[in-house]
Amino acid sequence: MSTIDDPLVQGSFYQKRRKIFPKRVHGPFRSLKWAIMAVTLAIYYVTPWLRWDRGAFAPNQAVLVDLAHRRFYFFGVEIWPQEFYYVAGLLIMAGIGLFLVTSTVGRAWCGYSCPQTVWTDLFMAVERRIEGDRNARIKLDQAPWSAAKIAKRTAVHASWLVIGLLTGGAWVFYFADAPTLLRDLFSGQAATVAYASVAVLTFTTYVFGGLMREQVCTYMCPWPRIQGAMLDENSLVVTYKAWRGEPRSHGTKKADIADLELGDCVDCLACVNVCPTGIDIRNGPQLECITCALCIDACNEVMGKLGRAPDLIGYTTPQRDVAEAAGRPLAPLWRTIVRPRSLLYFAGWSSIGLAMLVVLSMRDRLDLTVSHDRNPLFVELADGDVRNGYTVKLLNMEPRPRRIELRLEGLPGATMWQPLQESVRTRVLTVDTRPDGLEAIRVLVRAPRDLVREGSVDFRFVAREVGGTERSIEGARFNGPEA
Amino acid sequence: MSADNRKPDDTDGTTGHEWDGIRELNNPLPRWWLYIFYATIVWAIGYVVLYPAIPGLDEASKGLLGWSSRREVASEMQAVGQARAATIERIEATPLADLRHDRELMRIAVEGGRSAYKVYCVQCHGSGAAGSPGYPNLNDDDWLWGGDLAAIEATLRHGIRATDDESTRNSMMPAFGRDGILQAAQIDDVVEHVRQLSRQPFDAAGARRGAAVFAENCAVCHGPAGAGMREVGAPDLTDAIWLYGGDRATLARTVHGPRGGVMPAWEKRLGPATVKQLAAYVHSLGGGE
Repeated sequence: MSTIDDPLVQGSFYQKRRKIFPKRVHGPFRSLKWAIMAVTLAIYYVTPWLRWDRGAFAPNQAVLVDLAHRRFYFFGVEIWPQEFYYVAGLLIMAGIGLFLVTSTVGRAWCGYSCPQTVWTDLFMAVERRIEGDRNARIKLDQAPWSAAKIAKRTAVHASWLVIGLLTGGAWVFYFADAPTLLRDLFSGQAATVAYASVAVLTFTTYVFGGLMREQVCTYMCPWPRIQGAMLDENSLVVTYKAWRGEPRSHGTKKADIADLELGDCVDCLACVNVCPTGIDIRNGPQLECITCALCIDACNEVMGKLGRAPDLIGYTTPQRDVAEAAGRPLAPLWRTIVRPRSLLYFAGWSSIGLAMLVVLSMRDRLDLTVSHDRNPLFVELADGDVRNGYTVKLLNMEPRPRRIELRLEGLPGATMWQPLQESVRTRVLTVDTRPDGLEAIRVLVRAPRDLVREGSVDFRFVAREVGGTERSIEGARFNGPEA
Repeated sequence: MSADNRKPDDTDGTTGHEWDGIRELNNPLPRWWLYIFYATIVWAIGYVVLYPAIPGLDEASKGLLGWSSRREVASEMQAVGQARAATIERIEATPLADLRHDRELMRIAVEGGRSAYKVYCVQCHGSGAAGSPGYPNLNDDDWLWGGDLAAIEATLRHGIRATDDESTRNSMMPAFGRDGILQAAQIDDVVEHVRQLSRQPFDAAGARRGAAVFAENCAVCHGPAGAGMREVGAPDLTDAIWLYGGDRATLARTVHGPRGGVMPAWEKRLGPATVKQLAAYVHSLGGGE
C-alpha cells in the first residue's frame, strides 16, 4: 500500500465510487424507456401465471422449467433434455441478434431492455419519489444524520428490498406450478431451494439495482468491452455533435457573445446531470455509455428553450456526423441500417430461426433406442439356438399414455421376450408407455443358430403406436458363434 | 472526470512511473473490488483454520471443525443403509415364490443382486456371468442343479461341494480312468457315444461299443438317454452346452477323473436377503425357469 502514498503517484490505484444523482428528464426517449420498462416487467411478472392446456398428464403452465422432471414447457412446445440444442439455438440467435442490434443501433440492449438497466431505472424512480430530484438528493446526502434523513433512507432501502423480494419471488414461479407455489411459499411448505432462490435474488436485485448500478455495467459486464468490435462507422450511437457545439459559451459575458464565434453548447451540464452512469457524452463515445439517450432528451429541452435547433446531442453514425459537419448531403437513414453487415447478421439470425422452426415441426414424438448387450455378446442355449440381449428404450414424448408395438424386422425364425415380465416368446411385444415418459425394457431375442452362420446378422426393431401412425425404426445386430 | 472537465486536471492520469519516456496510465480499480479481494483473504484464513488445509507428513491439519471426508462418506453410507433397510427387510420377509410376482420388489431385488454379483461372483463367473470352462455360464438355460428361483437360491445358500456347509450340494462322479474302473479303450468308446448323444460327429463302431459301457456305468446318474439328473447335479449330455468342453480330449479327461468344481456356501457370509437378491438377479439373466 506504500505505493499509494508515494509522492510520485499522482492518483490512487483504487477509486472510490463517485456518487451519481441522475436528474429527472422528460422527452420521447424517456417515454420510450418507461414504455419498455412497463412491457418487460409485465412480461416478467405475468408469464408464469399464463395457463396452457396440455391434457391431464402434463402441467398446464404455459412457460415452465420443470427441473425435477427434466422438462421445459413453452406454450405448445415441450423440450426434453436431449433436445437441448433448441435452447442452444435460441442462445445463438440471441448472440447474433445482439450483434445485429449493436452494429445498427448501438447498445440499444444496454440502454433500454437489459434487466440491469430496467431494474436500476425502477430503483431510481422509487428513490426519486421518496427523496426528491437531483438537488434534493445531493442535499440529503450531504446533510448530517437526522430523524428525517433516517426516515427517508429507511423508506428507500425498504422499498428496494420489497422490489427485490417481488423480483426473486416472481423468478421461482417459472420453475414450479405458480398458484401452488404461491400458496406453499406463504404457508411455509415450499421447498428450501425456493426460499433460498428468493433470498438470493432479493439480495442480488437489491445490491445490483440499488447499490451498484452503473458499476455492474462498467466493471462486471463483459458486453461493453466487446461492443468496440461490434460498432463501426455506420452504427447509430448517441453522439455530441462537437462541430456544432464547440466552443462552448459558458461563462462568456453576454456583451461579448456577438463578437465571438461560439457553438451551440451553453455548457449547462443538463446532459451530465441526467446521465445514469455519470459520464459526459461530450467527451465522445465511452465504455460507460449505455446509450440510454436521456442526454438527448435533456439537451433538446435546453435547445428548445434557447430557440436553437434540436439534436446537438442525437443519434447519428460517426460517418453521418462527419458528413453533416462538412455540410455534405446525408444519405437516407435507412441506408445506414440496411447495409451488407446488418443484412448478413439478419440472414444468419433468421436462417437459424427458420431451421429451428422446421426441425421443431418435424421432430419425432416417439423415439426408440437399442443398446446391445456386450457382455456376453451372445449366449448359446441348450438346444443350439443363440440368444442376444438388448436394452430397448421407448420414449413417449407426448403427454398421454401410449401403447407401443415393438416388432422384429428381419431375422426370420427369431422370437423375443421380456425376461423380467416372463412374457411368452413372440415376434411382437406390446409395451404400455407412460405419458411423457421413458420405458426401458430388456428384450431377449432367440434365433436358430443357422441364422448367424457368418457370426452376425443385422436386423431392425420397429416401434409403432397402436392405433396411430407414428413409428420409429432402429437398426440392431444379432451376434452368434462363428461356424 | 466529467464534472471536473471545466478545470484542467491537476494530475495527468498516470501512475507517475516513467521508463525511457514511456509513462504508465493509471486506470484505477474500484475500491469495492479491493475490499472483495480482502474479503477473500479473510475467507481463506477462516477456511484454513476451520478445515483440513495444511499438509503434513502423514496427514493434513485437522481444522477446528474436525471435518473429514472419510467421516462424511461413512455417514452418507449409513444414511443410505437406513434408507434401504425397510426394502431389504421386505425382500427378506417375502418368500421367493411371491417375490417374482411382486414386480417392483423383484426389480429392486434384481438390481441389488446385480451389485452384489459384481463384488462376490465375478471372480469365477465373469462380469457378464458368461462363465468360463469349469465355471457355468449363468445366462444360458442349462442348469446342473436346477434353474428355478428356489433351486438357484439353494445353490447360492449352501454352495456346491462346500466344506463348511452340511447341506451343500454334493456329488462326485467316479474316477473311471484313474481308479481303473474302465480301460482306456472303453473310455474312448464311451466318449464316442456321448458325442453321438450330443449330436456331434462320432465314430459309429466306437459309439456302438460305448453305448453298452454307458448303460452299465453312466446311466445311473446321467440317465439312460443321457439327459442328466439334477438331484445329483449330473449334467445333461445331450445338449449343446459343456461345462468343461465337448471335444474328444476334454470328454476323455473328464471320464478319466472327475473335476469336482466347488462353489462357496454364501448364506453365512452374505445373509439371506443378499442371497435372495442374487438368486433373483441370476434368474433374471435369461435362463431362469
